[in-house]
Amino acid sequence: MSLTLLQVVVSGLLLGAVYALFSSGLTLIWGMMNVVNFAHGDFVMLGMYTAVVVWTAMGGGPWASVPVAAILIATLGVASYFLLVRHIMKGPMLAQILGTFGLALFLRYSAFNVFGANFRTLPDTLVGGSFVLGGIRFEGARVLAGAVGLIVTLALHFMLTRTMLGARMLAVSEDATAAQLMGIRPQRMQALAWALAGGATGIAGAVIATFFYTSPTVGETLAIVAFVTVSFGGFGSVLGALVAGLIIGVVESTSAYLIGPVYKDVIVYVLFVLVLWFRPQGLMGKT
Amino acid sequence: MSTRRALQLVLALIAVLVLVYPLLTSGSPVYSRLGALVLLAAIGASAWNIVGGYAGQVSVGHAVFFGFGAYSAVVVYTHLEWPPIAGAPIGMALSVLLAAVIGVPTLRLSGHYFSMATIAVAELVRVLSSTSEFLGGAQGLSGPPVPRGALDLSFISATPYYYIFLIVLAGLLGLTWWIERGRMGFYLRAIKDSERAARSLGVSAGNYKLQAYMLSAAFTSLAGSLYLTMFGFVDPESGFGILISVKMVVMAALGGAGQLLGPLIGAAILVPLEELSNSLLGGKGAGLTFVVYGAIIVIIARFLPSGLLSLVERRPTAPNSAAPKSTGKPVSGHAD
Repeated sequence: MSLTLLQVVVSGLLLGAVYALFSSGLTLIWGMMNVVNFAHGDFVMLGMYTAVVVWTAMGGGPWASVPVAAILIATLGVASYFLLVRHIMKGPMLAQILGTFGLALFLRYSAFNVFGANFRTLPDTLVGGSFVLGGIRFEGARVLAGAVGLIVTLALHFMLTRTMLGARMLAVSEDATAAQLMGIRPQRMQALAWALAGGATGIAGAVIATFFYTSPTVGETLAIVAFVTVSFGGFGSVLGALVAGLIIGVVESTSAYLIGPVYKDVIVYVLFVLVLWFRPQGLMGKT
Repeated sequence: MSTRRALQLVLALIAVLVLVYPLLTSGSPVYSRLGALVLLAAIGASAWNIVGGYAGQVSVGHAVFFGFGAYSAVVVYTHLEWPPIAGAPIGMALSVLLAAVIGVPTLRLSGHYFSMATIAVAELVRVLSSTSEFLGGAQGLSGPPVPRGALDLSFISATPYYYIFLIVLAGLLGLTWWIERGRMGFYLRAIKDSERAARSLGVSAGNYKLQAYMLSAAFTSLAGSLYLTMFGFVDPESGFGILISVKMVVMAALGGAGQLLGPLIGAAILVPLEELSNSLLGGKGAGLTFVVYGAIIVIIARFLPSGLLSLVERRPTAPNSAAPKSTGKPVSGHAD
């Protein structure tokens, strides 16, 4: 493997860890309550704008913007749950999709009106430069983003599979009534899932903003990546999202290098359709 | 009895009003154009309604068929110098084909997969179209600048468009009505209520959903071709943009998805609203329009999941509706 290709694979892995992070919120909600949050990409977008605002208005770096974004988007998630999702999840399928989709449009174009259509970028100096290790060049912002992505996704996975709280949440997702009989409050667990998903999504947005352009419609692109990641990984599986995210990151960066950057999105969409054809339950999904 | 008579009278009155609308507005180009726009939007939303409303498979990527229709029409003009409307059958054929390609794998899965796949395919086609030289790239393509003959369907007044759209809409609604009352309509309703139950009774759910999707795709494509004859221009955003898909869904849902006249009612409310907010707010309107759209959608989903028609039409069935809230709808949480 040539050094350039290795470089491409490494940056793909770093990107993939971030994909995994912002997809884990989507897969958590989907697995917990069988609701697809079509506003998920716009949650990421708001996380990115939070980072932009924290930096421009308050001069804060990632140490300030990541927690602020986590708290803000977690709050947004809980609010969406109590005001909207809790009510529509019992209704017909159309109402579920419309509800979160309407929320997506509302958030996207509110951001459009507040921040304008222009692309914003954070300065390179915010997360210091780059370094070379073993002939491969690492950019600070991407390493930070990749590391945060990996750590937070794994933390989420272990929380769900290894703690009492995670067991309670899984119980609610399997059978809310039975869980209630065991003394678990389903609504509290579901609200918690929205808080966790929102927090992870906010963190993802804040770290993505350090190396990616921020615009009101960026959520649309990111949402599709998240859909692909989640259906590839298997809905409800955070570990699946991690593996799928890493694969997609590598596929995207190598196809951008080998075929051309315009076609990297095309490759991801084609991958999505192929997954739906051949393995609809995903890599680690329940059948 | 008397309420029914009154309802029939109102409907007849509305039908007459729809027929003579261009005569009433002949003095004002703005209003006659508005009438044509409402009908065009109603064609798209009614086409969506077949798969989204009746079959309950929520496509959020119908723009791909709309764009196929619009681009087929303009491509036959640009590359072959045919009248644009001659591209309509090509667009419809391509759309039916694509619907089969998307539908066969995804309609087997739970509805969420179908929705996501439709979004992804529409976005994929939009990205591809903006890089395609053949389709005019990001600039798009224009139809004939001056009409070369009657077949170009290029008119200055909106009235001819109004009647063309009205005929197509009437045909589509007639077809929908026929489906609704026939075997397929019953099967689709059964699938929508509980696919598992329908399957266990021997309904080949996948087939009927696919048929509904393909039929819906064909008419959405026709709406796209008609759009091109009126506007004479299409680019990736106005053909394949996600907002095109969203509008179809929202109009049908606002009026009442799975109801014959739901999409028409939705279009009659939302198109004037959009035009009004665009003209009041000027260039800045587009963003705010979609904030309002988003808010309306959330409110419909939260408080009126069955659309406006559910307020009027309380289904005059048996009078012994003792149980006030027994909608009989099971919690639709079955994933598989």
